[in-house]
Amino acid sequence: MEKARPLWANPLQFVFACISYAVGLGNVWRFPYLCQMYGGGSFLVPYIIMLIVEGMPLLYLELAVGQRMRQGSIGAFRTISPYLSGVGVASVVVSFFLSMYYNVINAWAFWYLFHSFQDPLPWSVCPLNGNRTGYDEECEKASSTQYFWYRKTLNISPSIQENGSVQWELALCLLLAWLVVYLCILRGTESTGKVVYFTASLPYCVLIIYLVRGLTLHGATNGLMYMFTPKMEQLANPKAWINGATQIFFSLGLGFGSLIAFASYNEPSSNCQKHAIIVSLINSSTSIFASIVTFSIYGFKATFNYENCLRKVSLLLTNTFDLEDGFLTASNLEQVKGYLASAYPSKYSELFPHIRNCSLESELDTAVQGTGLAFIVYTEAIKNMEVSQLWSVLYFFMLLMLGIGSMLGNTAAILTPLTDSKIISSYLPKEAISGLVCLVSCAIGMVFTTEAGNYWFDIFNDYAATLSLLLIVLVETIAVCYVYGLRRFESDLKAMTGRALSWYWKVMWAGVSPLLIVSLLIFYLSDYILTGTLKYQAWEASQDGWL
Amino acid sequence: MLRLLFFLVTAIHAELCQPGAENAFKVRLSIRTALGDKAYAWDTNEEYLFKAMVAFSMRKVPNREATEISHVLLCNVTQRVSFWFVVTDSSKNHTLPAVEVQSAIRMNRNRINNAFSLNDQTLEFLKIPSTLAPPTDPSVPIWIIIFGVIFCIVIVAITLLILSGIRQRRRKNKEPSEVDDAEDKCENMITIENGIPCDPLDTKGGHINDAFMTEDERLTPL
Repeated sequence: MEKARPLWANPLQFVFACISYAVGLGNVWRFPYLCQMYGGGSFLVPYIIMLIVEGMPLLYLELAVGQRMRQGSIGAFRTISPYLSGVGVASVVVSFFLSMYYNVINAWAFWYLFHSFQDPLPWSVCPLNGNRTGYDEECEKASSTQYFWYRKTLNISPSIQENGSVQWELALCLLLAWLVVYLCILRGTESTGKVVYFTASLPYCVLIIYLVRGLTLHGATNGLMYMFTPKMEQLANPKAWINGATQIFFSLGLGFGSLIAFASYNEPSSNCQKHAIIVSLINSSTSIFASIVTFSIYGFKATFNYENCLRKVSLLLTNTFDLEDGFLTASNLEQVKGYLASAYPSKYSELFPHIRNCSLESELDTAVQGTGLAFIVYTEAIKNMEVSQLWSVLYFFMLLMLGIGSMLGNTAAILTPLTDSKIISSYLPKEAISGLVCLVSCAIGMVFTTEAGNYWFDIFNDYAATLSLLLIVLVETIAVCYVYGLRRFESDLKAMTGRALSWYWKVMWAGVSPLLIVSLLIFYLSDYILTGTLKYQAWEASQDGWL
Repeated sequence: MLRLLFFLVTAIHAELCQPGAENAFKVRLSIRTALGDKAYAWDTNEEYLFKAMVAFSMRKVPNREATEISHVLLCNVTQRVSFWFVVTDSSKNHTLPAVEVQSAIRMNRNRINNAFSLNDQTLEFLKIPSTLAPPTDPSVPIWIIIFGVIFCIVIVAITLLILSGIRQRRRKNKEPSEVDDAEDKCENMITIENGIPCDPLDTKGGHINDAFMTEDERLTPL
């Protein structure tokens, strides 16, 4: 008699697991960047169109496949056709790549979280130089937050060739991150199902708190207005549409096999159409919600820096011309500058190169994404808030929840096919398989804790999953529609859930979505070919920062 | 004669204290930035206090305990507020070396700042770098303590889960062997009761007689 497949305790756990997996760091640190680059509010138009045309159908397809075949990705595609089991294997390999480098982000979040319990925050002040008369040189040239990230956290080497040694502090944090992931997946859906209640809901609590705090910050409205004013001409830019499609695609986590794995633990009669719509809508609205928070933080930071710049210029002018202290304010600065330029032309022209034109627009224009946004820009904003320790702890705790939620999905994608396979599960219990996978990933992940680790991380982040996922999802769609047969699948779903398949899904699965994916593939391939030799940005300690 | 001497003295003073003179230092105060509404005006009384603080600092230097307030000369007071000062020796003809003045001021910087309710940034001595206070380093970095706590909690939780999983599996391994035997006996009993197999009794002549209970319902569900 076959052992019963473990199931989710209730459908809510399944929905929470999918949300916790799909809502990840990309919603927080990539979507605001795209919004800013491609016309602010007008980016929402391609984004939502792509959600309806590409995101929801593909998500529904993966959930339906998992729920129907009731196996992990390898088994599911072997059932469709034995020649297609390679698709499942590809999913597992890509998931494995992802889990190797993704957990390093959790390690960084742990590092910052542990350091948030100090007063003052370690990234708010530069360390002193040798004879205590000033600050450390590298820190002066960059900023204290950049110094803390590049020197104290990563201890980055000048190039990818210089490997350096493993940073033991970061290695410990990575070990802890893997232990936490192991703890959550140890018992399969039994433990995962309970953990996802927290990993799915806590980030929203923190985001709401940050929303309220962010909107009340001085200068937040500057950021919001600047970012959200739609620049309609960007709609004509094909890159906006391509990036919208790409963002939807990767944000939902399609093609990794995690969604198939999660859905395979479902009751056969659960309404996966409703779940698919709910999950994709929640994922997109979280992106928009997170970008409101991010833009208000941007606005605060930009206003703070702009006012600082004005203060510095006033101080310089006051000191050079011995004006009365407190005479120069933001409002009369331009007038006074004009007067001084005419009254003392020689002295003023000497000073002129040092007077930077302070501009709020240029501060707001700095578009950052990825680890730079999360660990540099946000920490810079946090250090200027009151009670910064509290905000810092909340923020990094949220990053941790998002990261661990995504890791649960990734490891589920790897473990479900392994535990489904009769050969492996007869020799080893579930706990041992999970332990082995975590151990191997942790050991390989130590590469990312070396001094050159951040460069390796960038390589993996940019190239490990992009093309392969597009291909995997394309083959998945073609397999279900044409190899298995769309009519057969439709009748399977009807028998399983009791609901008929709407014509919309059929049209999308059979025609529109594969075409979209093919065009994305063509775009990416041509982009790679046209770029030529790939370059990366290196951090040079003795110069101004980036090489 | 006296007037000539007076002029001579002030002339010498004027020569000793000049912007850019040897052993002279420029001081810059930003009172309004530091105190806002509570800013006090800079007048001759404040200058007297400043001279007193400088003299006080110099008196702490060995060999210079005889420094008087009158030995400290201020000049070129601007609206900023900024001025230059020198410290002369007892003969009032020579100024004290810059190095001595510099080290004296550095030692007593805190006291001087407090006298004026200012800090290192708002009371600047140009060319005298201030000693910055290093951030307090606890003996054990805080992050290691928190890391240790969370690490131990996670390890304990993992061990508990693994152990309970092993215990559950051992219990499950014992149960099926008992349940299987009971089921076999029941099955045998059902099919061979009174020597007549029960199954055919249900379907006499091809019709299923619902009066006879089916196999499953005979057994009370576990």
